[in-house]
Amino acid sequence: MSSISIQVNNQPFQSEIDDRMTLADLLRNNMNLTGTHLACELGVCGSCTVLVNDEPIRSCITLAASVSGMSVQTIEGFEDDDKMKVIRECFSEEHGLQCGFCTPGMLITVRDMIIREKCKTESQIRKELSGNLCRCTGYSGIVKATQLANQRLNNLEVIKSR
Amino acid sequence: MKSGKVNYHSVHSMDDAIALSQAHEGNAKYIAGGQSLMPMMSLRLIFSEEVIDISKIPDLKKCFSMKGHFFIGAGVTHAMIEDGKVEDTTNGYIQYVAEGIAYRGVRNKGTIGGSIVNADPAADWPTALLALGARVLIKNHSNEIEIPIGEFQCGLMQTTLKETDLVKGVLVPLLSKEAKWSYIKFCHKAGEFAHSIGAIVIDPSLGLFNAVLGAAGDKPVLLPRLSTYLSSADIKNVNLDKELNELLEADLLENTFHLPSSYEFNLHRSIVKKAVMEVLKK
Repeated sequence: MSSISIQVNNQPFQSEIDDRMTLADLLRNNMNLTGTHLACELGVCGSCTVLVNDEPIRSCITLAASVSGMSVQTIEGFEDDDKMKVIRECFSEEHGLQCGFCTPGMLITVRDMIIREKCKTESQIRKELSGNLCRCTGYSGIVKATQLANQRLNNLEVIKSR
Repeated sequence: MKSGKVNYHSVHSMDDAIALSQAHEGNAKYIAGGQSLMPMMSLRLIFSEEVIDISKIPDLKKCFSMKGHFFIGAGVTHAMIEDGKVEDTTNGYIQYVAEGIAYRGVRNKGTIGGSIVNADPAADWPTALLALGARVLIKNHSNEIEIPIGEFQCGLMQTTLKETDLVKGVLVPLLSKEAKWSYIKFCHKAGEFAHSIGAIVIDPSLGLFNAVLGAAGDKPVLLPRLSTYLSSADIKNVNLDKELNELLEADLLENTFHLPSSYEFNLHRSIVKKAVMEVLKK
């Protein structure tokens, strides 16, 4: 057993956990943050993507004990995030989701791609998105939603800088 | 799905890590990014009762010039290299390799040291660093040793590391401005493990002429005939269809287990050929 102390969505959280527990299990089972989805549990599908210290990582292959002292942001923690608000609208407008299973991981990944300026071309978007699998929507809608979100957020930046 | 029962230990120095590993008589596993180790533990391919987290050791993230080479700490992540946070002394080669590894979520955690210690023949760093002629720095309880990466990896996911040894980092050369490289990776899907990798690094002023094939057997192989051929003065006039084909086929026959009529043989030949053409274009 290890005792951990982390910030999850800006709230402090402390617990005694089994050492083998993954971050994804901690979020889902102990904190009821079930927006973080688990599918392959091998780090392939990307649906468990969360931010740790502002960087996207795969919570299914990360030991919860190893993030002690760090800040974690799950899909539930983007309520007040300006960028995520725009990305969500674009996913809705461009049919970026159907069943929604992959969507939490997709949204967090797309937000990171836009911040890192990796949305310059369609092929770059597809390459960057390759770590997130979707089995029903189809990637066309997701790519279009990403392009639209990138465009809108860049326009907002331009307006802000004036 | 989760691993079997483990005890987790976090350490903040290399000496603490090695001492702890010794205390567990070599039954402990070091974990850095864990991007291969965690899935393998979950799949019960690896069993370990103790894991020692070395990802929080500041010394393993250090990079600096050393003995006419550039030292990259084993704990440096692929994303740090991709983002240019590590000085690139290889004319963009290591940055290009890093940004092609798996996916960003994996690159944010996975480390260069972890990749070479895992020694997956289809992974990027074992092949890329062999072409670069890199050397590996290994630390144990009493001293430090330095060996060429070609000797470090001795088989399929096997290295010469002893149970409590820790990889400190890798030494890469300071390539000259005239140096050329190419790195061609064939995957069915972006970010998956490669089906074939052709890596070529040429730097006449360092006497470096390496053509390496990855993902073709139990470990990446240096193609000797092709490497020698690339060192000849008139490489610009290489006749890709005849002379090179013969050399390449002889190299592949000697260094892989595939029949010349097989899909794999032809795939590797195409990928290495593409790498040669790309490096000649530069």
